[in-house]
Amino acid sequence: MSKAMPKTMYDKIWDHHVVEDRGNGVALLYIDRHLVHEVTSPQAFDGLRAAGRPVHRVDSIIAVPDHNVPTKDRNLPNPDPMSTAQLTALEANAREFGLDYIDMTDDRQGIVHVVGPEQGFTQPGVTLVCGDSHTSTHGAFGALAFGIGTSEVEHVLATQTLELKKSKNMRVTVTGELPKGCSAKDVTMAIIGAIGTGGGTAHVIEYAGPVIEALSMEGRMTLCNMSIEAGARAGLVAPDEKTFNYLKGRPYAPKGGQWEAAVNFWKALKSDDGAHFDKEIVIDGSQIVPLVTWGTSPEDVVPVTANVPSPDDYADPAKREAVEKALEYMGYAAGTPMTGFQVDRVFIGSCTNSRIEDMREAASVIKGRKVADHIIEAMIVPGSGLVKLQAEEEGLDKIFTDAGFEWRDPGCSMCLAMNPDKAGPGEHVASTSNRNFVGRQGPGARTHLVSPAMAAAAAIAGHFVDVRNF
Amino acid sequence: MEKFVSVTSIATPFPRVNVDTDIIIPAKHLKSIKRTGFGEHAFETVRYNADGSKIEGNVFDGPKYKGAKILIAGDNFGCGSSREHAPWAIAELGYRCIIAPSFADIFAGNCVKNGILTVALKQEEVDALVLAAEAGHEIHVNLNDQTVVCQNAKYEFDYNPAHKEMLLNGLDEIGQTLQAQGAIKGYEDKQKLMTPWLFRG
Ligand code: SF4
Repeated sequence: MSKAMPKTMYDKIWDHHVVEDRGNGVALLYIDRHLVHEVTSPQAFDGLRAAGRPVHRVDSIIAVPDHNVPTKDRNLPNPDPMSTAQLTALEANAREFGLDYIDMTDDRQGIVHVVGPEQGFTQPGVTLVCGDSHTSTHGAFGALAFGIGTSEVEHVLATQTLELKKSKNMRVTVTGELPKGCSAKDVTMAIIGAIGTGGGTAHVIEYAGPVIEALSMEGRMTLCNMSIEAGARAGLVAPDEKTFNYLKGRPYAPKGGQWEAAVNFWKALKSDDGAHFDKEIVIDGSQIVPLVTWGTSPEDVVPVTANVPSPDDYADPAKREAVEKALEYMGYAAGTPMTGFQVDRVFIGSCTNSRIEDMREAASVIKGRKVADHIIEAMIVPGSGLVKLQAEEEGLDKIFTDAGFEWRDPGCSMCLAMNPDKAGPGEHVASTSNRNFVGRQGPGARTHLVSPAMAAAAAIAGHFVDVRNF
Repeated sequence: MEKFVSVTSIATPFPRVNVDTDIIIPAKHLKSIKRTGFGEHAFETVRYNADGSKIEGNVFDGPKYKGAKILIAGDNFGCGSSREHAPWAIAELGYRCIIAPSFADIFAGNCVKNGILTVALKQEEVDALVLAAEAGHEIHVNLNDQTVVCQNAKYEFDYNPAHKEMLLNGLDEIGQTLQAQGAIKGYEDKQKLMTPWLFRG
């Protein structure tokens, strides 16, 4: 008998969830888990109501507000009526359809992509969706997790499935050992810098190699989070003992006798030896340095020790034009050292970097120092109420506030600037989020993506510095 | 869902690369709980000055491309967030078809659900269409035979057959899927035995 074809982890999870094969790589795929937030769901629930359709499986859903919640004065009335309407709609829909709902005043509330793992809702081998592109975060557990639009949210609510075309397999292997002063954020930025924002288009990326294995679960989440910035719809890391230890005992994790069965099932998920990848990239992790984005695309990555590039560095005319436009928007000349201009505002938070290890990484740089005088605002927004409580238990909030940082309530905040947390026109922002698009953090705001340690150091120094010697 | 079979119209050229969903519709305008009202804010930074006045000569508001139902865009169009508000906003501007060298996956999927056809052509073909659009030529896009015709040029494009059927027939996708209810139930019964920890009670 011939041996079965070796499969990638993505192949296995995909095959496992096929309800109906529709030919040509298209299948009706079963969805195990669904996270719902206030911005992309109201129209979906309206659709269900209009068609008189129930939610197919209420036990597959957690609803939690995050994008549009205020990060301070939650006890006061929300001054934004449209934000209130969204938050109220989420709660009303969750109650009407009987979903698990985490209220804004609950300690478990936070950014969907922090809450899912924290609650043990995210598990290896599941398919997990959310009306948010950074759903790729959950791939850190070996879950096939991807963002969907509002029509698809409605489709999953009504049918527990999606008709999807299978993506191609891509593997990014990061070899060696990550140097001191670098973290998962630098790894993901290094990858995007290398392959570009289209590098993963139509692929699911499996991350592998010693650097990935050495990352903590939180580091893996940071890494998988930005798969979407590399154009991939999902990222994956093979589950291992770290994954199992992280999950054990969490509220939605398997209990009792089911735990053992689940772990055995999870262990079989990793890619088989000899499995075929359509695209392979190898990155030398020992060469990674602290990185900063200089432009308006996440692929505009340079070492903090480097200078702002020039349009002349690029042969492709479209890229040259994009660089010119980006330089104009960012308001500096080609050749400016990345350490050579003033940072005006600092944001540490978002689903990329708002977990407890990120808080600790920032605190280790900030401890006993002060935010530079000219910084307009330096804000730390934990990813969930539980992260906030843990940080406070460790005294990190004191370190932050003593240094002059604002310590806020959990939410997406200045990552997308839907709520009042935003940067002003022309301001340079050191941000631990994932998108440096034009106007993302406020009209005219100039975002620089960095790791928590680099953002913390920029707040203290008032400009970017190489955190390795800070 | 609205059908899409073919469209013939002049086209708006907007060949900028990596146009993200924050450019298509900025996050601050996502607060509505309805599907409408996003068009006026579509491409805001391209169309409006900081003081709210219209930017002179922007391709979306000038008389030159008024009534265009086709948008000619740049590589990696629609990258960024999963917000379906992006195709809602584009549809409100009157577009039924977007032609670009490539599209972000989620964006393209969201377009299908809203009766918008995304056509991926080669870079040089898109470049030619940009020139044609600027010259005011009509472009004819036909989903049935998967072709784009402009003057003497004819380009063929690939398209997902399942999406093609949906667009051509204007199908209600949820209704379609619910016809497979038996298979979904069967799958769940099997999984309750395989991975019982994923089911509650
Ligand atoms: S933190 Fe930012 S990227 Fe993450 S879910 Fe919220 S808005 Fe999206």
